[in-house]
Amino acid sequence: MTTYVRRFSRTERTFHWVNAAFFLYLLATGLILYLPTLSKDVGRRPLIKDMHFWGGVGWLAALALVALAGDSRGLLRTARQVEVFEHDRFNVGQKINAILTAAFTVLFLVSGLLLWLGERDTRFRFASTVTLHDALLYASLILLVGHLYLAVIHPATRHSLRGMTLGTVNEDWARRHHPDWVAPPKQ
Amino acid sequence: MDDQAPKKYGRGLFLVTVAGGLTSLAWGRSFSGALSKVPFSPGGGWRIYTVAPTMPTFDPATWRLQVGGLVDKPVTLDYHELRSLPRTTEIRDFHCVTGWSVPHVHWSGVRLTDLFEHVKPQFSAQAVRFTSAEVPYVDYLTLQQASLHDVLLAYEMDGKPLPREHGAPVRLVMPEMYGYKSVKWVSRVDLVMQADDGYWEQLGYDRDAWVGRSNGL
Repeated sequence: MTTYVRRFSRTERTFHWVNAAFFLYLLATGLILYLPTLSKDVGRRPLIKDMHFWGGVGWLAALALVALAGDSRGLLRTARQVEVFEHDRFNVGQKINAILTAAFTVLFLVSGLLLWLGERDTRFRFASTVTLHDALLYASLILLVGHLYLAVIHPATRHSLRGMTLGTVNEDWARRHHPDWVAPPKQ
Repeated sequence: MDDQAPKKYGRGLFLVTVAGGLTSLAWGRSFSGALSKVPFSPGGGWRIYTVAPTMPTFDPATWRLQVGGLVDKPVTLDYHELRSLPRTTEIRDFHCVTGWSVPHVHWSGVRLTDLFEHVKPQFSAQAVRFTSAEVPYVDYLTLQQASLHDVLLAYEMDGKPLPREHGAPVRLVMPEMYGYKSVKWVSRVDLVMQADDGYWEQLGYDRDAWVGRSNGL
């Protein structure tokens, strides 16, 4: 009989999917603003700009809401675990992915806010805010493609998608991939 | 027990990444030029900025350019008449105030000074108002600025008729100033007494938008 172990709490999964949903929404509205062909075909730039800006505000608010209304202590524990570069419930690559994603989120929000403010008040205008926002787009896309490949396509690792959807993973799989997280089978 | 100390590198990685990104606001300028030359730079490095819900459409049969205001001989030109005026070409870098640039854009069109010869500005005219078909976009140049030899009403870009998203059929090109001065979809050119705030200047941008010497850049 297959046994399963819990890898992600409900709060962790909600946090992940809320983040993913807002990222994709902001990617879609952002690309309309960024790519000339999409800008031309979609038009309505003032509306799309508002949708993009308020999407960013909503992103921050939704993550804060999940963190505060859900299992905050659990999330904090996870964050402390991610800080330590040892292979436990996560390997070091997964931890680097999570840390860069968090750092990029902060930078996206700050540079996005500066773009919005800079249009309204010259004191908030810097020559390379838009360069930073663009560079973050490219860096995040590279990270996302790697993440999707490992989570959905790569045969050895794609079982982990179950952990992020249902919360549990196959115990044998967990032992093979994260030997220091799951205790060895009892003799 | 040193080898048992937790390898807490995560916080460092997070802080270094955030700090690197934030300080790039100071040092990133030198990279934005390089970024605009990246071959996969989408749309040739252009961004399409508009202020109205829809872009104006160009119908050669009905389109007219009105040139008037404080002039002795106001004219209304159709597309064919505009194109039969003396033609000139400028190859210039396009700089947006938000930080991106497009190198070596080929613009062809009519020098403003050539247009002024037709309409004979009156002595009291000291500035030029450019009204876009994209309502409510408008901007001004002083007559002195507009009379620089490289200021064009461009109807061709990189050898092709000006594309819709770049202001078809004709846009202003003021190469020495940031792009917001180069009004797209120009439908009226009026000689006026003095320059006033254009669309972006009402939101705090400089009237004299010299590249590298304005807007705090």
